[in-house]
Amino acid sequence: MSEANQKVERSQIPVTVLTGYLGAGKTTLLNRILTENHGKRYAVIVNEFGEIGIDNDLLVESDEEIFEMNNGCICCTVRGDLIRTVQNLMKRRNAFDAIIVETTGVADPAPVAQTFFMDDDVRAAAKLDAVVAVVDARHVLQRLADTTEAEDQIAFADVILLNKTDLVSAEELARVAARIAGVNPYAAIEKTERCAVELQTVLDRGAFDLDRILSIDPHFLRHGHHEHECSAACDHNHDHDHQNHHHQDDLGHDHDHPHSVKSISLTAGDLDPDMFFPWINQVTQIQGPNILRMKGILAFNNDPQRYVIQGVHMIVEGDHQRDWEATEDRQSRLVFIGRDLNWDTLKQSFTACVAE
Amino acid sequence: MPILAPVEAGSFVVSCGFLNEDGFFALGDGTVKRVGQRLLDLKVHTGGLLAAELSRDTTSLVTSGDDGCIKKLEADGTVIILAERPRKWIDILACGPGGSVAFASGRTAWVRLQTGTEREFTHERAVGGLAFAPKGQRLAVARYGGATLWWASAGGNPVEFSWKGAHLGASYSPDGKYLVTTMQENALHGWRLSDQQDMRMTGYPAKVKSWSWSVKGRYLATSGANAAILWPFFGKTGPMGQSPLQLGTRSDALVSCVSCHPKKAVVAIGYSDGMIVMCRFEDNAEVLLRQSAKGPVSALGWDPAGLRLAFGSEEGEAGIISLQS
Repeated sequence: MSEANQKVERSQIPVTVLTGYLGAGKTTLLNRILTENHGKRYAVIVNEFGEIGIDNDLLVESDEEIFEMNNGCICCTVRGDLIRTVQNLMKRRNAFDAIIVETTGVADPAPVAQTFFMDDDVRAAAKLDAVVAVVDARHVLQRLADTTEAEDQIAFADVILLNKTDLVSAEELARVAARIAGVNPYAAIEKTERCAVELQTVLDRGAFDLDRILSIDPHFLRHGHHEHECSAACDHNHDHDHQNHHHQDDLGHDHDHPHSVKSISLTAGDLDPDMFFPWINQVTQIQGPNILRMKGILAFNNDPQRYVIQGVHMIVEGDHQRDWEATEDRQSRLVFIGRDLNWDTLKQSFTACVAE
Repeated sequence: MPILAPVEAGSFVVSCGFLNEDGFFALGDGTVKRVGQRLLDLKVHTGGLLAAELSRDTTSLVTSGDDGCIKKLEADGTVIILAERPRKWIDILACGPGGSVAFASGRTAWVRLQTGTEREFTHERAVGGLAFAPKGQRLAVARYGGATLWWASAGGNPVEFSWKGAHLGASYSPDGKYLVTTMQENALHGWRLSDQQDMRMTGYPAKVKSWSWSVKGRYLATSGANAAILWPFFGKTGPMGQSPLQLGTRSDALVSCVSCHPKKAVVAIGYSDGMIVMCRFEDNAEVLLRQSAKGPVSALGWDPAGLRLAFGSEEGEAGIISLQS
């Protein structure tokens, strides 16, 4: 896994993926990104031109084409149309600075994300920056009750724009925010009206950068260095106990939603790499379809460096990041967001990776 | 000694070659440059240019772009719009016999006949590549899950070829006996058309994105490995059970582009570091044509006599290499 970052020589174009149900406000956000004066030029891949009132020759409509890979893995799917579009965009690479991909309201975000890890050409040209979910405060609870897609989109997101907050009462908003945090406690939640958000909170976040996996625990944040990450992370991390090593509180929805997404945070001291790597490979191979996202910062015995790891379904990548500082606790922390995972087994088997 | 004359392309070279003795370079920024007797620097597409191919009679260059236009550039510099699909990015193009042109976007392919008549061919899944048969009016469409053979100018039921996976490029062997596709996986797939026999050509470390038939169609040269891989297509069973030739092997770069010499059993090989060599099939003898430079070689094209080679890279480097001094 440590060779994951090899041979990427030219600078990769950052890609932001926008998910969210029809009517949640994706187009409003897109229009804002395209019209605001931020000095950046975006190529935009949409599923439908709809109401985007922008004349931009780097705006392309693309039919979602899910390609299964011939490797026997059912969750190894990529977006074929996206591969094609990214390759076409690279023929005029100087015409834009970043790419935004808007998905249909019912889309599974995983194939989009996986495209940026599984296709070598796309990977060389572009890198996933963050998955941003736009959520309608008034309708999201109903969507969560009706569908698994809405839950997947929230579970998969790095940033959640809780939009149309002006259309609900303060109590309702609190209930919605708590429900979202129950699905995904690791995403930054931004409450907005008409998607009025500082664009830097959704763009250029580096949520998939191994170097920037810092936000899984506020203890790992170094205030002042990653400003918008910090404020966003603090926003939600206050909600849960930093010390708890067991399941995230899922707010009692378990019995209502037998297949609902949950998250787990596993912590330990030093790990034995000879135990950990076979374990994480096995977990992701066997339970990959149910693992939506995974992130971790790990300490290995006799290793002075922090090891950072992240994954989407069966795709795992990791690398050494930097030396542990003298003031830091050498603590390993690994978080999973997934569906139908056997949390107790996961916890027990993780504990078996602890260095003797 | 080969002589290299650089050309300032300045943008991703999508395709290059020779149009009536003059070198041309079709560029990602939408322009076509021509050097030689009749200089030209023309913005053909308002957005980007995504594909370009010489017409069968080599008297014109057909291009398509993200402005949804399919255009024809004549040797005298005039540009004609052949077809238009507003808002579509047309990145798949093939030139057929008698001035017909096929193009595709998403799941749909179209043929524009010389007469201006257009025909539409729809598929359930994404189209990856198009190829006209060497003779006659068959159009092969590489698509997700296999390939479909249509009659380009007439009705009649299509013939379906199935093989799991996404098929991207399509090419007929020059004798018309085989259809070959590139795949999303690092492999080629092929069918012997007489009996639909499948052929798998695997072992590549990267996707095959460039290929070229050698003189008389004896070999199919391909990119995607640290050598040019040439599959034999002579004999009754073509490449089945055969080992390919491996020419121009490097340890530190992948082959990004290939173009077979029009008259001799020789292939021009471009690498991911910009180097270009010429290699003879029989003894693997190499001639260095260009040192490594900035970007991967993205296009190569010989003149009909096989005396000059046009080249271009992803970083907009380009030029013409003359073999005669």
